[in-house]
Amino acid sequence: MFAPVQNDFAEALFDPERAVPEDILACHAEAAGKRFAVYRNNVIVSLLDALAARFKVTQQIAGDAFFKAMARMFIAAHPPTSPLMMFYGEAFPDFISTFAPAAEIPYLADIARLEAARTRAYHAADAAPLDPAALQSVTPDDLPYLHFHLHPSLEIVSSAYPVVTIWAMHEGLIPLGPITDWHGEDALVVRPHLDVDIRRLPPGAAAFLQRLSEGKSLAEAAECAAANHQDFDLAIHLAGLFSTGLVTALSIAASEDMPK
Amino acid sequence: MSHPPLLPRRAGAGFKPQHFSLIAQEPQPLGFFEIHAENYMGTGGQPHAELQHIRTHYALSIHGVGLSIGAPHPLDQDHLARLKHLCQRYEPHAVSEHLAWSSHGGVFFNDLLPLPYTEETLGIVAAHIDELQTVLRRQILIENPATYIRFAQSAIPEAEFIGEVVQRTGCALLLDINNIHVSAINHGTDPLTDILRFPLDRAQEIHLAGHAESHDGTSPLLIDSHGAAVADPVFALYERVIEEAGPIPTLIEWDNDVPEWPRLLEEALAAQAILDNHQEQCAISATAA
Repeated sequence: MFAPVQNDFAEALFDPERAVPEDILACHAEAAGKRFAVYRNNVIVSLLDALAARFKVTQQIAGDAFFKAMARMFIAAHPPTSPLMMFYGEAFPDFISTFAPAAEIPYLADIARLEAARTRAYHAADAAPLDPAALQSVTPDDLPYLHFHLHPSLEIVSSAYPVVTIWAMHEGLIPLGPITDWHGEDALVVRPHLDVDIRRLPPGAAAFLQRLSEGKSLAEAAECAAANHQDFDLAIHLAGLFSTGLVTALSIAASEDMPK
Repeated sequence: MSHPPLLPRRAGAGFKPQHFSLIAQEPQPLGFFEIHAENYMGTGGQPHAELQHIRTHYALSIHGVGLSIGAPHPLDQDHLARLKHLCQRYEPHAVSEHLAWSSHGGVFFNDLLPLPYTEETLGIVAAHIDELQTVLRRQILIENPATYIRFAQSAIPEAEFIGEVVQRTGCALLLDINNIHVSAINHGTDPLTDILRFPLDRAQEIHLAGHAESHDGTSPLLIDSHGAAVADPVFALYERVIEEAGPIPTLIEWDNDVPEWPRLLEEALAAQAILDNHQEQCAISATAA
């Protein structure tokens, strides 16, 4: 029977202490352990590679040895359950946030959250950004009831740390240096065309976008944003929606019958 | 079961996104490209934009690495549906999977793991291939694995096992010549003798790749690394197979330490030269006759 052997094989793959499953032969009996080690090594190396590919900046910040040790523990606790390796590690940011040795780098988990969001945006559905000229067809009376359909790739990663600045420095997008203005940042992650765009949102924008993506009307979203941020300037944020390619369609409706 | 247009009997290369801009710059002298199915199971974005371009200009082979056909448990229906969707979207010239398992107990191991060759596993594999061909409504190709160990319960030689799978399911063979060489050296058998036992007349594609040389303390141990140029003995076996079976679509796989595009292309053209040489020899013998 293959099933019990396969079970032993699978269990021994993640456990180097476990004996090589019975029934396994090499051409020389004494070599079975070394031969089985090839499979153990292939599995762990391929999973470490998958995490390193998705969490490149996280690895850079943590350092190779620390990252690898942390990733090994994550793999043992959360082995992949799907063959789609590009999405492996959805639970990695939360794992990092509870991984005691990583506490010295308090922003590491949020960097991982940003990188996880980046992969999701990279593979998200395509949708063409709407030309801002479309706004001209909206009458002033309808403006408060305007709903924005936002790009399917949109994600916002909010952090108590300057994650966008740190991430951009490690990606080589801005010079690496000390961050004098150390405060929380909201990251906008969106892929209007083929490249993922990651940028720092201005104050108030995260709440505004959040409301819009929940299906709230322009008036409701703006009201909510203004309540939280005294300087909220709707014109600037409206322009930002279009310049970042976030809007894919417009519709006019009262919130209760918001089209899907 | 439908038979869509086959891959051209020419050399091809495994497509790597880092090569896209060079590949798209000018027509490449290759018959086809191959992709790993799982890398294109996202919804949209760059991967699909590139694959659409490749599919428009070249024949395409979709090579699955995650269906776990050799496992005793049922096929993952979600994954099967994703593969079907991908095939419907790109209408590839070939769809292949491995004689191996990669999932167990809900865990995906991301490696092609071996199975014993017995009447029991023959039944399992044949049923899974039947199911896959029924869902995809097309013939698939099954690839022989590179192995480092054997099972005491194995009762059927690998080539015979695959021959029987091909007979029972009507699937075709994806003959990985590097895998045969690696397995033969690892198990102390003769690669040429082994390869000639495979159902070469049912081979619709060949894989060539590089391997790494190691040692297990007692005997040489070859690792199927896909991280180097095709080794000379593997090219020699390839020439012999083409002599025996005629031209077969041939893919160069280079998945780790991937070189620049010109180097990969050069490797594919070395395979193309062997195909061309065979055609010339046939033409000469036809003229002489």
